[in-house]
Amino acid sequence: MNQPLLVTAAQKAGPRLSLAIGAIVLLLLIALPLLSLLPAGHSLQVSAYTLTLVGKILCYAIVALALDLVWGYAGLLSLGHGLFFALGGYAMGMYLMREAAGDSLPAFMTFLSWSELPWYWAGTQHFAWALCLVVLAPGLLALVFGYFAFRSRIKGVYFSIMTQALTFAGMLLFFRNETGFGGNNGFTNFRSILGFEITSQGTRAVLFLLTVALLLASLLIGWRLARSKFGRVLTALRDAENRLMFCGYDPRGFKLFVWVLSAVLCGLAGALYVPQVGIINPSEMSPTNSIEAAVWVALGGRGTLIGPLLGAGLVNGMKSWFTVAFPEFWLFFLGALFILVTLYLPKGVVGLLKKRGEQ
Amino acid sequence: MNLWEPALPAIGPNEHHKDPAMLKALLALLLLLPLAAQAGDADFFIAAKPNEQASLLQAWAAQPDPARLALLSAMQQGRLGADDTRKLRLNNRLRGLLDNALASHQLLSDDATLRLAAARQLQKSAQPAQVAFLDRRFAGEPDAAVHAALGLALANLQLADSNPAVRLAAVRLLGETGDPMARTRLETLLDPAVETDAGVRTAAETSLAQVKRKLLIGELLGQAFSGLSLGSILLLAALGLAITFGLLGVINMAHGEMLMLGAYTTYVVQVLVQRYAPGALEFYPLLALPAAFAVSAGVGMLLERTVIRHLYGRPLETLLATWGISLILIQAIRLIFGAQNVEVANPGWLSGGLQVLPNLVLPYSRIVIIGFALCVVLLTWLLLNRTRLGLNVRAVTQNRNMAACCGVPTGRVDMLAFGLGSGIAGLGGVALSQIGNVGPDLGQSYIIDSFLVVVLGGVGQLAGSLWAAFGLGIANKLLEPQIGAVLGKILILALIILFIQKRPQGLFALKGRVID
Repeated sequence: MNQPLLVTAAQKAGPRLSLAIGAIVLLLLIALPLLSLLPAGHSLQVSAYTLTLVGKILCYAIVALALDLVWGYAGLLSLGHGLFFALGGYAMGMYLMREAAGDSLPAFMTFLSWSELPWYWAGTQHFAWALCLVVLAPGLLALVFGYFAFRSRIKGVYFSIMTQALTFAGMLLFFRNETGFGGNNGFTNFRSILGFEITSQGTRAVLFLLTVALLLASLLIGWRLARSKFGRVLTALRDAENRLMFCGYDPRGFKLFVWVLSAVLCGLAGALYVPQVGIINPSEMSPTNSIEAAVWVALGGRGTLIGPLLGAGLVNGMKSWFTVAFPEFWLFFLGALFILVTLYLPKGVVGLLKKRGEQ
Repeated sequence: MNLWEPALPAIGPNEHHKDPAMLKALLALLLLLPLAAQAGDADFFIAAKPNEQASLLQAWAAQPDPARLALLSAMQQGRLGADDTRKLRLNNRLRGLLDNALASHQLLSDDATLRLAAARQLQKSAQPAQVAFLDRRFAGEPDAAVHAALGLALANLQLADSNPAVRLAAVRLLGETGDPMARTRLETLLDPAVETDAGVRTAAETSLAQVKRKLLIGELLGQAFSGLSLGSILLLAALGLAITFGLLGVINMAHGEMLMLGAYTTYVVQVLVQRYAPGALEFYPLLALPAAFAVSAGVGMLLERTVIRHLYGRPLETLLATWGISLILIQAIRLIFGAQNVEVANPGWLSGGLQVLPNLVLPYSRIVIIGFALCVVLLTWLLLNRTRLGLNVRAVTQNRNMAACCGVPTGRVDMLAFGLGSGIAGLGGVALSQIGNVGPDLGQSYIIDSFLVVVLGGVGQLAGSLWAAFGLGIANKLLEPQIGAVLGKILILALIILFIQKRPQGLFALKGRVID
């Protein structure tokens, strides 16, 4: 396995040093946007491209973390997390489109010669309502789907397939122009957010810091959850659902809670992703994207919280390098990664490190 | 009725070297002496100006002569006769008139199918000048289908008649057909500006209702048929998936790529046959069947041996690993054959279709595929229920440990069953290549639907897969025109989720008590 220097160092040093390394990474992440504010031409200046790329990967890392909560702890492999991510992104995109269009209709609606906004666009010119939508849209969908799925005890591969079909259906729906979300092209050409120009260095830096903050918050929530009794029940549920039921627990509530929490985290990540990347379109919902998220988690190590972050960083870092250097071979590499990780790294990179640490 | 009026003014004053009166006489002579036609007709036609050619064709159409049939057929091919090398140049108007004239002549043929086709052509193109001729043929036509078609052609013409009684009869006649053309024709009659007689208008309304009802039946049947067709494809895609899922408890995400491999094998076979045995090109799909089965089954068994075997008991990981395999297969095909679709041609016996109703044509390729899918199901059933291998497969599906204790070589059974499932998908790929595009992403578009078939039909159950595939296919196609393809798909997904509430094990569950 190709291991970054950081990981190799961590396995040699033990927990205290890995904490220190974590702190250094965090400092670096905070320093990155500040360095990007330096005047152009300065030797330490971080380019907008790098900042956007890292910000994008951080958003993906939040998705990976959210997926780890449901897959690593509750044993529910979702192949539809891209849908929640995109829904959050679209909710934020609606606000950004309204902001860009001012009092008139968003550009794509004028192209379709629509005369008024559809009802679900009502109130999206207010940032606060858009934020509510960011949470509500993925949350409610996850709640309804999860309620029915867990009620009939759909699990294992059945659950995975149903979630995949869900995101596929969502993608088809958003591809249509009539749905009112810009069809094929989605939302783009944003101008400002809360009055600040969206491409300015300052806005980018703030968005980046917000992403880091969300990542830390999710990590903290996940960590607290995993340590609590709730986390123990989830793990029990993953390993032996029937025995847990015989002990008098009703697994539905536990599953539903962690499932909705995970969806909301994804939605928030999507909402931070859109203003940084500047575009959201239905291909974010394609089943391919969601299943790629699963390999981030698998590569990093399921049920470890920190592993998925590592996995998301590794895979996406390699992706941005590969798609420039050898575009034809990226899919071969990704496919091989899927196979090799499942065959030889069942506990992921973090599991590997732990094993070496014990030796 | 004056035959020349519509055509002659067009010849006009700028025609200097031929006198209209002389042409008129010549034409009349021609009509009076039909037996002297043939070679004379051809020479006469080629010598005439385009406008004269048009009137000539109209005249021929109004008074057909069997002896002229050969000339007209040849003219449609762009020649003047079997051994005549002169080139014929026709503009679109002349081409239309020629088709009409030819149809008019073909009505004299002894072959009922030829007459039927001719009558259909005349429904579209007949000119008022042909009423008398059509009337004669209508009265003397022995074949019922041709009779009906001729009646429609005649009715189309008679609607322009000045006598309301004739028009009324024509409207009633139109009501008895189920032709989409009759509908558009009748709809125009509802306008008082077009049809002045109130009686004819009310008759047109009733006739229109009749026609619409008949058209609706045709449409519904057509939708049901495309549903069956989609269902048979889903069945071919899902059958293998159901077997491997039932046996190993793993979902093979690379199953769609087995379809794709089958389709590409068909393409390769087609190319090879074209190069080395062009005579057998007509039957290349039959050659492709065993080849596609072998290729897909081989790849499937290889995958089982090298990857899936090591992941038993970890279904979610298998899902991810097989997804990786599917990525690699797609990209490999893309590198070998290019990202564009490859062209797989239908052989002659699979193109064309069966006309059942005026607005319902059933393509032969789809009919054959439905039959083929049912054959595959039958063979699979026989294999699972009448052979030693099938017995072993069923034993391992029911209880792996117990089967192993009784001496069933579970590893070998797994491999063979995986090969069988993949091979069936390969056969499905051959079928798909005959009705759709063959590209690297072919399998991806069917994989989610075939998963839903497995979920709905229940695990390892042939009957479940059969019902679920056809049910999903027909539901898809019936919903499509009502609420659109996308909303239809979403509705079906919602229905499946609700259905699973009721029966978590699918339509046909294995009986037994299993606890994990």
